[in-house]
Amino acid sequence: MELDAAKMIGAGLAAIALAGVGIGMGTIFGNYLSAAIRNPSAAQKQFPTLLLGFALTEAIGLFALVIALLILFAF
Amino acid sequence: MATNPMHQFEVHRIGPSLSINGIDLSFTNSSLFMLISSVLIIIFFIAGTRKVNIVPGKIQLLNELVFNFISKMINETVGPNARPYFPFILTIFLFILTLNMIGLLPYAFTVTSQIIITFFLAIVIFIGVTIVGFAKNGIGFLKIFAPSGVPIFLFPIIVAIEIISFLSRPVSLSVRLFANMLAGHTMLKVFGGFVVSLGIIGGWLPLSFSVALTALEILVAFLQAYVFAVLSCIYLNDALNMHH
Repeated sequence: MELDAAKMIGAGLAAIALAGVGIGMGTIFGNYLSAAIRNPSAAQKQFPTLLLGFALTEAIGLFALVIALLILFAF
Repeated sequence: MATNPMHQFEVHRIGPSLSINGIDLSFTNSSLFMLISSVLIIIFFIAGTRKVNIVPGKIQLLNELVFNFISKMINETVGPNARPYFPFILTIFLFILTLNMIGLLPYAFTVTSQIIITFFLAIVIFIGVTIVGFAKNGIGFLKIFAPSGVPIFLFPIIVAIEIISFLSRPVSLSVRLFANMLAGHTMLKVFGGFVVSLGIIGGWLPLSFSVALTALEILVAFLQAYVFAVLSCIYLNDALNMHH
């Protein structure tokens, strides 16, 4: 019973990683936006790089999900 | 059982059971969808190149679009000496892209949501890149672990960190694709479950969420295939153009 409770708490704690992902997403899109407003003609060319950064950052959040699922179901 | 969001990821056997030396080799729904995706890619390219014109037709135009997209990406990330690896990267990209996209259809099975599939793809790329690196640079490929301009007292720590980050490449490459597909499809199923449980009065709200999420998932399906291809190219770049 105590192990079950500990698992729940651990899985919840694993979600703290989302704070870092939030900061990262904000940095990526905020910096892209400010750069795009300064130089709109170069913005379109950097859009794939923005999406690449978005995908890489999002994956970090999903690593946390994998950790939470491992804690809940694998042990 | 159908309301369990994890139910969609279950691998089950289709047809007769086949096992050799205790290894299960039966045809599963996973193999079926891999076969469908390969056949789709082959049909797509055969249909486009059956009658090749200077002014391309509709399907030929699509073929050229995909071809040029990957070709440009490889040229930008690795450079002209990566030309021999172009077919491999194109195959990897198209295979993952079709598997991700087919997985979004209702009642379809997402092959890339199985960690063993993505890990196998990643470990093949990892071993291949290591072999290419040693073949091109000889023992000098080990310099990848020792960046230049590091102070002598930091050297052992940096080398240890570089070795760990090199060895964790296949893990991060595979878990990224697997986790994106797993999370996306679970989320779609959970919101679908909300629609059913809230009924006709409140169900329209999760339904509209579900529609928006499907659009996001199509973007993610494309992006993850692209990221997988780009990261393979970046690893290849480390092996082909060594200039630390």
